Amino acid sequence: MTTRKKVLWGVGGALIVVYCLFPIAWIVSVSFKAPSDLANRSFLPTALTWENYRLILTGGASDLFLPALRNSFAICLIATAISCLLAMFAAYAIARLDFPGKKLILSTALVVAIFPVISIVTPLFNLWRQIGLYDTWPGLIIPYLSLTLPISIWTMSAFFREIPWELEQAAQVDGATTWQAFRRVIVPLAAPGVFTTAIIAFFIAWNDFIYGISLTSTEAARPVPAALGLFTGASQFEEPTGAISAAAVIVTIPVVVLVLLFQRRIVAGLTNGAVKG
Amino acid sequence: MSTTTLPPTKKTAPVSAPKGTTSDRARSERKLAWLLAGPAFLVMLLVTAYPILQATYESLFDYRLTDPDNRSFVGLGNYGVILSDPLWWQSIGITAFITAVTVLVELVLGFALALVMVKALRALRPILRAAILIPYAVITVVSAFAWQFAFDINSGFVNSWFTWLPGVAADTDWFGDRWTSLLVICLAEIWKTTPFISLLLLAGLAQVPEVLQEAAKVDGATRWQRMWRVTIPNMKAAIMVALLFRTLDAFRVFDTIFIMTNGANGTESVSFLAYRQTIARLEIGLGSAVSVLLFLAVVLIAFVFIKGFKVDLAQARGE
Amino acid sequence: MASIEMKNIVKQYGDGFAAVNDVSLDIADGEFMILVGPSGSGKSTLLRMIVGLEDITSGDMMIGGKRVNDLAPRDRNLSMVFQNYALYPHMTVYENIAFPLRLSKTSDDEVRRRVTAASDVLELNDHLERKPANLSGGQRQRVAMGRAIVRQAEAFLFDEPLSNLDAKLRGQMRTEISRLQRRLGITTVYVTHDQTEAMTLGDRVCVLRKGKIQQVASPRELYEQPINLFVAGFIGSPPMNFLPATPEGDRLKTPFGDVRIDPARAGKLGGHDLLMVGIRPEYFEDASLVDEAKRHLGSTFRARVDVTEWLGDSQFAYIPYEAPEAITTQLRALSRELDAEELRTQAIVSIDSTSRIREGREAEFWLDSRKVHVFDPETGDNLTRDAEAGAELTRMATQDRVEQVQESQDRASADGHRMGGATAASA
Repeated sequence: MTTRKKVLWGVGGALIVVYCLFPIAWIVSVSFKAPSDLANRSFLPTALTWENYRLILTGGASDLFLPALRNSFAICLIATAISCLLAMFAAYAIARLDFPGKKLILSTALVVAIFPVISIVTPLFNLWRQIGLYDTWPGLIIPYLSLTLPISIWTMSAFFREIPWELEQAAQVDGATTWQAFRRVIVPLAAPGVFTTAIIAFFIAWNDFIYGISLTSTEAARPVPAALGLFTGASQFEEPTGAISAAAVIVTIPVVVLVLLFQRRIVAGLTNGAVKG
Repeated sequence: MSTTTLPPTKKTAPVSAPKGTTSDRARSERKLAWLLAGPAFLVMLLVTAYPILQATYESLFDYRLTDPDNRSFVGLGNYGVILSDPLWWQSIGITAFITAVTVLVELVLGFALALVMVKALRALRPILRAAILIPYAVITVVSAFAWQFAFDINSGFVNSWFTWLPGVAADTDWFGDRWTSLLVICLAEIWKTTPFISLLLLAGLAQVPEVLQEAAKVDGATRWQRMWRVTIPNMKAAIMVALLFRTLDAFRVFDTIFIMTNGANGTESVSFLAYRQTIARLEIGLGSAVSVLLFLAVVLIAFVFIKGFKVDLAQARGE
Repeated sequence: MASIEMKNIVKQYGDGFAAVNDVSLDIADGEFMILVGPSGSGKSTLLRMIVGLEDITSGDMMIGGKRVNDLAPRDRNLSMVFQNYALYPHMTVYENIAFPLRLSKTSDDEVRRRVTAASDVLELNDHLERKPANLSGGQRQRVAMGRAIVRQAEAFLFDEPLSNLDAKLRGQMRTEISRLQRRLGITTVYVTHDQTEAMTLGDRVCVLRKGKIQQVASPRELYEQPINLFVAGFIGSPPMNFLPATPEGDRLKTPFGDVRIDPARAGKLGGHDLLMVGIRPEYFEDASLVDEAKRHLGSTFRARVDVTEWLGDSQFAYIPYEAPEAITTQLRALSRELDAEELRTQAIVSIDSTSRIREGREAEFWLDSRKVHVFDPETGDNLTRDAEAGAELTRMATQDRVEQVQESQDRASADGHRMGGATAASA
């Protein structure tokens, strides 16, 4: 490549970075604006203020935001754990064992993945009210499985297919028991796939909005996205823009950290599941 | 991807079972497989098949949650009401519009991003990869807020930055009109989901062997011809898979509309209509009917893609 | 170290297909046995039954005099080199080699001593801290070998260990394996479909076809006294030529003229109208280059040469011929079974590299009729096999082996300590 080409592609790369980060930079900027600063229509705040963060973490909006944050973490982690556990067994069967119905399970996962969430919400809304799951953690965890389980099965099967299962036999010839072969050879090879799948499943659960606003009504179970959508200002006369931005920044931090730490794995997981599944 | 020392050809074949194991062993293997995969399969059915059946059933009733005593069977009456209501057709139109615009733009933009990722210096790649994952990982609601605030008539910077553009003034109210609202909605959707498409296309690009490019060069193809006649035909499977997933995803658009306009100015999508009927107005019967219709629409799209465009998922998976 | 005995071993699958069918084979202590055959012959299945990765349907598998049918692989104490090496990608080279020792809870000091000894032998010292993914094919192969020799196994099993290497490396590793086996004097079973490996490595070679043993013999016996058409066609490269022939007294009428064979052998051919003559390429020669003294031992014929291949040290000529339908059908079936290309009915003839025979011309060839074999085209049996002479060849090979093993072990213990753990394995 000539230097000119290098520079051109470099500029292209820089444009991508700007494109990807600009809205995030903007919302971070808004979150540091004082209320008086909000209407000045400039990109950056004139003075940095922690006021918005104080408002949602310790101030007036904290009893709305903090429980939501706790709900989000707990519900998403539990839903991720359950779907990874279920998917792990299913993916092992799909990758390793020979049985009719393999295709059926994978196609079912595909159908569930493209299912319009709103079509599930409507009947659940009614049913949850009748059996008392409305506005509870399990009331969200169960429908979250419809989001996380299919992608977990696809992604993990793709990962497990890459495991050289012959190694299990090699280990047995080397003197390992079935359990030792599994524990010392298969688990270390399967773990990265399970871990990556968990991250992707967590992203998807974390992103949910429809279930959150439809199946909850109070701080008992309402997750952050839903709480954000229903935010109102500290007083009637104040726009909640600053507080929303601060809350938005806080819920974005965990996913950004995960992305920075595990970007290579996440890309492999996303493309594996979809293209190679 | 995990590195293995085995050649790729062996990967899919389960090593332990050469063709035709004893029927006993095959049977016990089948049993074990269903024992392992069964729970996941059941859960998937429970959380989708059951609700959609329930919704189908409830769609046959005139049933309002605020007035449960007056529940009555109306057969397909709800569907009649919906299909003769211009609001339904409007929401279908809006949904189709958003889907078409976002998917088309994303495909072109995503391809450009993928090309830059391929060509960029090795050292830059991790940075690009991390950057591109951020829109994907950010919550849709957050992205919607960011774009809304940017275009907001009071707090946004867009109006002050882009006054030089025709039609943009300091007091342009982007959310006061249907088409400008839709423009911002589409922008937010495109920003959020292009990375996913570009990653799929990147994987597709990687599957086109470099030697084909060289062969085409020797055969005298220009850069443009190589792109259209060698690269794109060979990544057709990846393109179609990306298109299928994104179309179905876009057709369910809800979060961004909820945050930005709350369905005002005729920006209601089908998902939003169903939500408003059920959750806000507690019209369970009507809402269920909309849900069922949306489900059928999604199935139809998937069917058209898989049969009409011959998206072969198995082929895309390289089997 | 132990002998391996197989008695009437059968591997039958659920659908009744027998991958291994009534195989009885004794492998002596310290012997290098090759299992060879085309794909689907059951050679790998047999190996996997020895190591315990495949259930035995019926028959007895004895290792060191002990019946092991029901023992798990880890209780059989065998080491195996897999076709794809089966290196553990998450472990370093060192840990890969040490893995069997770790499983048997060997002390760290002992592990280090034995791994170092093995890596000395295999010249892996520079790579011990690397992961398998960063190694070349040949290095991976040696790591797999290291894992096999690091512990005191009863026997080594190899499953086509060189098939993923390029030709040059394959040659190097072949001599490496041979040297190692002689030095350790350890019983070895080696599965391959490669001619050269089978002929050069094995003390004895077991030729399998569709799950059945065809012939077990020294490479030389297989080559000179094949038991049937299959073995004759399988062993040797380029392969043996098969020509149609009709007997007439002590002569055989072939497309390349009459071939006279000695009365003793001619006597065995009675009662057949149509025969197949098997002639190895090197039994032919450019007639103009044959010694007068030798000339009368064979016959000469004229034929048109289609193609010649000059290789420097040797030269091949291809001579097309006509054959009756019965013969071509048989030959086509045979080449299919041997995984070979569909053969045209042409003879491959080895001639001296100085020969001036040219393509497209007619030339005169000489054929050494003493060494031809005659086969029954229907059953494939070799009608002219001299069992006595064959057995003698194998006896000689066995004697050679005993001496070689003795010598190389003497040498090994002479330059003693350098071998460390690997000699311990042979003790």
